[in-house]
Amino acid sequence: MRYLPLTDNDRQTMLSQIGVGSVDDLFVDVPASAQREGTVDLPRHLGEMQVERQLSAMAAKNMTASSVPFFCGAGAYKHHVPATVDHIIQRSEFLTSYTPYQPEITQGTLQYLFEFQTQVSELTGMPVANASMYDGSTATAEAVLMAHRVTRKSRAVLSARLHPHYTAVVENLSEMGGFAVAQNPVGGAAGVQEAEDLLALIDEDTSCVVIQNPDFFGNVSDFSALAAAVQEKGCLLIAVVPEIVSLGLLKRPGDMGADIVTGEGQSIGNGLNFGGPYVGLFAAKQKHIRQMPGRLCGETVDADGQRGFVLTLSTREQHIRRDKATSNICTNSGLCSLAFTAHMTLLGGKGLRHLAQLNHARAVQLSQSLSALDGVDLLTPAFFNEFSLRLPQSAASVVEALAEKGVLGGVPVSRLSPGAGLDDVLVVAATEANTQEDIAAYAAALKEVLA
Amino acid sequence: MSEKQTFSGNRGLQLEEPLIFEIGSYQNCGVDLEDVPDVASCLGDCAATGTVELPGLSEPEAMRHFVRLSQKNHAIDAGLYPLGSCTMKHNPRLNEKMARLPGFSDIHPLQPQATVQGALQLMDDLAHWLKTLTGLPAVALSPKAGAHGELCGMMAIRAAIEAKGELATRTRVLVPESAHGTNPATAALLGFKVDGIPANAEGRVDLAAFKEKLGDDVAAIMLTNPNTCGLFERDIIEIADALHEVGGYFYCDGANFNAIVGRVRPGDLGVDAMHINLHKTFSTPHGGGGPGSGPTVLSDRLAAFAPLPFVVSGEDGFALVETMDDARLGADEHPFGRMVAFHGQMGMYVRALSYMMSHGSDGLRQVAEDAVLNANYILANLRDVMTAPFDTPVDKGPQTPCMHEALFDDSFLKDTGLDTLDFAKAMIDEGYHPMTMYFPLVVHGAMLIEPTETESKASLDLFIATMRDLVKGAKEGDMARFKNAPELAPRRRLDETQAARNPILRWHEPKLEAQAAE
Repeated sequence: MRYLPLTDNDRQTMLSQIGVGSVDDLFVDVPASAQREGTVDLPRHLGEMQVERQLSAMAAKNMTASSVPFFCGAGAYKHHVPATVDHIIQRSEFLTSYTPYQPEITQGTLQYLFEFQTQVSELTGMPVANASMYDGSTATAEAVLMAHRVTRKSRAVLSARLHPHYTAVVENLSEMGGFAVAQNPVGGAAGVQEAEDLLALIDEDTSCVVIQNPDFFGNVSDFSALAAAVQEKGCLLIAVVPEIVSLGLLKRPGDMGADIVTGEGQSIGNGLNFGGPYVGLFAAKQKHIRQMPGRLCGETVDADGQRGFVLTLSTREQHIRRDKATSNICTNSGLCSLAFTAHMTLLGGKGLRHLAQLNHARAVQLSQSLSALDGVDLLTPAFFNEFSLRLPQSAASVVEALAEKGVLGGVPVSRLSPGAGLDDVLVVAATEANTQEDIAAYAAALKEVLA
Repeated sequence: MSEKQTFSGNRGLQLEEPLIFEIGSYQNCGVDLEDVPDVASCLGDCAATGTVELPGLSEPEAMRHFVRLSQKNHAIDAGLYPLGSCTMKHNPRLNEKMARLPGFSDIHPLQPQATVQGALQLMDDLAHWLKTLTGLPAVALSPKAGAHGELCGMMAIRAAIEAKGELATRTRVLVPESAHGTNPATAALLGFKVDGIPANAEGRVDLAAFKEKLGDDVAAIMLTNPNTCGLFERDIIEIADALHEVGGYFYCDGANFNAIVGRVRPGDLGVDAMHINLHKTFSTPHGGGGPGSGPTVLSDRLAAFAPLPFVVSGEDGFALVETMDDARLGADEHPFGRMVAFHGQMGMYVRALSYMMSHGSDGLRQVAEDAVLNANYILANLRDVMTAPFDTPVDKGPQTPCMHEALFDDSFLKDTGLDTLDFAKAMIDEGYHPMTMYFPLVVHGAMLIEPTETESKASLDLFIATMRDLVKGAKEGDMARFKNAPELAPRRRLDETQAARNPILRWHEPKLEAQAAE
């Protein structure tokens, strides 16, 4: 077998040095009733070519984003990732390295984590960022638990326009941990302010208010006044950024007063991958660093006085603090954060702004083309690269009909929130990957479907 | 040793590399983007007034930066990585190639299910392999890493307890002292009270102490098997039976599944829930700390509580059950909720299935056997010079077999003035990544060596020879070799105390720092 270096001769030599007759003698502690004589009922080994053939056949059954006019978003976005990025993350020294517990021989990983933390900090306008979380949804749930620790309270208030999956993840972790969650019941896609509703939901047990910008429907807004009002009531404002490219054009959440910023970093450096792996972003204020979850990389010096980097503040973490840890997180999204950092380095601030402008322009063009159709209404007056439409019929069936015509036209709200009464609302995204031809093809297909 | 100082600070192929913030500029850019069409902005009151002050690099500069950084890392592809409990095995490149097929990497998690039938089939196939290998009826694929899988398993247990109306009374979770730190952290996250179980003189759960702790208030045990001392818990079935008798659930930490895959099914041991680190047993890369993937298999007692989403198959092909309103959800199914946005680590699913198909049922059994053989070979060749706390003393007979990892303590360093850390750092100068140190906590100055099955005998022999030389040096009083180590790595020992006392977690422009200090 190509992955196993030992030969039968090796095995015999080794067994005799150990002083046993067969490998079975090394499994003597396994109860006899659990010892299996033969192999389990699964196919036998395959050569590389056979594996490739079978998996390629499965892959071929999927409609890929690059092969059609493609407009899905809702927390996962189709952006172009430079070839350099994929080469860098496939370097053996990055790909096949462990968490940098031995800093003397993992300065490569540690330095890019320090660069990653700096980039995330700068993008979000927050003083510090950690070395990544699993994804945006789990980062948000961890942010809520952190707010409880900081304020010593136990209830979170969620915006009605938080991504429904993020809401579900926050609710699940909170309920399981014995914490309360209240979501603003006043939903809807239209760009009306919900600030007053959220403030009204705050009670004396509330630790935080969680909002999303751009929100699930695509709305963008300056939440500075809300942040100040939330803080006035002794709560933290958690801002969720599902599309990190938006920060090339939008006000930074830190500048608008957020106490904790979480985000999904997939858009920079990482492909769609059917939902994972992605890279969770987590940024906070300096005074709260000892309450943060996840790995932190810090600068220090070595025995010769040379600058170097280490994982630090590990007294927060599970391997030291065990049941008193701030989180149970161990592994994060190391390689995805490298992809993020490499892509962000290629872009720079100027490139990011250009990319964001291109995204916004495509979305504006698309929104104009689609909302010009009879019966189609644009619900989101201010948006970045994603907006919501009200259609004259079920959005789910429209999306399916579009797919049959070879257009992936967006995400129907009913797929994520079936009971929300928003069956006619479609969330549509456009990025730099969309051409004028894509936009024209979408408008033509939608016109036919609605006819 | 001559320590030549160079003018540049570089040392041959080992090049010093500044931070991107010290070499890039805002004007620099390594991507070429189309011109922006002229449209009226729709950003409302949220348009930024300033710019994002991050430097860029051109493509050749960026490539050089990251390649130079990579050369400061140890990696499995470069050498033995004997981190106990971490299973640093070879990562086949076929897996990488398969995960990058556009049909898997370039599809959106929420595009119509009719357009992703191949992806759903892959998830269904992976689930079938994992269920068959573990002998358990259900699996939640979505957890994002091992600790997340633990959380998933314990959430399913909590949901089952709640369904029985016992949430107020079943509050205690038993965790052996040798457990990974994630176990007690996970239990505490769910509001359970953690109660430690001592180890016996053999390095296993003390059965009598365990039975004394049993009662109606026990929610679960979180047990790693093979355990973190590298030993199989031979009383495991008795432990499971006694636990089930009082209504508790058996969570097995599957971090060490590599030792038994294809040979022993956890379902036959009485396990109710177990996470599987695809990045350990099934060879997906560790990537410098993720992304991982932690599918969690569940017994009949817990299957009904598996989280959303999951794949079902029917006449129309495959489908995802994503919400509680889904009509395909059976009356007896009560998902405890959702752990992640979307459907989990698809990229890792592809890699793991590619690995499983390559090995097949026969190869996977061989994986476990070779992993155990390699660890025992190391134990056999070091037990006379190092000290293995749970082995038979060398002069008292043949070795007590271990599973996939060999555990040593620091008593062989007694009277040398050296500790485990010194010994580990000296290994770095010899070209090896140190083993896991100071874990498990039940052993003083622990050194946990896991070679994995992907090391050749020649590689093990070289490692053994080096370790024996180091032990000899330590015992002969060659203090400098250890206390000053590492001397030949890209950096020498780093000041972790300073890093924690004065945390510098991001780069600041020196000028601004100076101003801030004023």
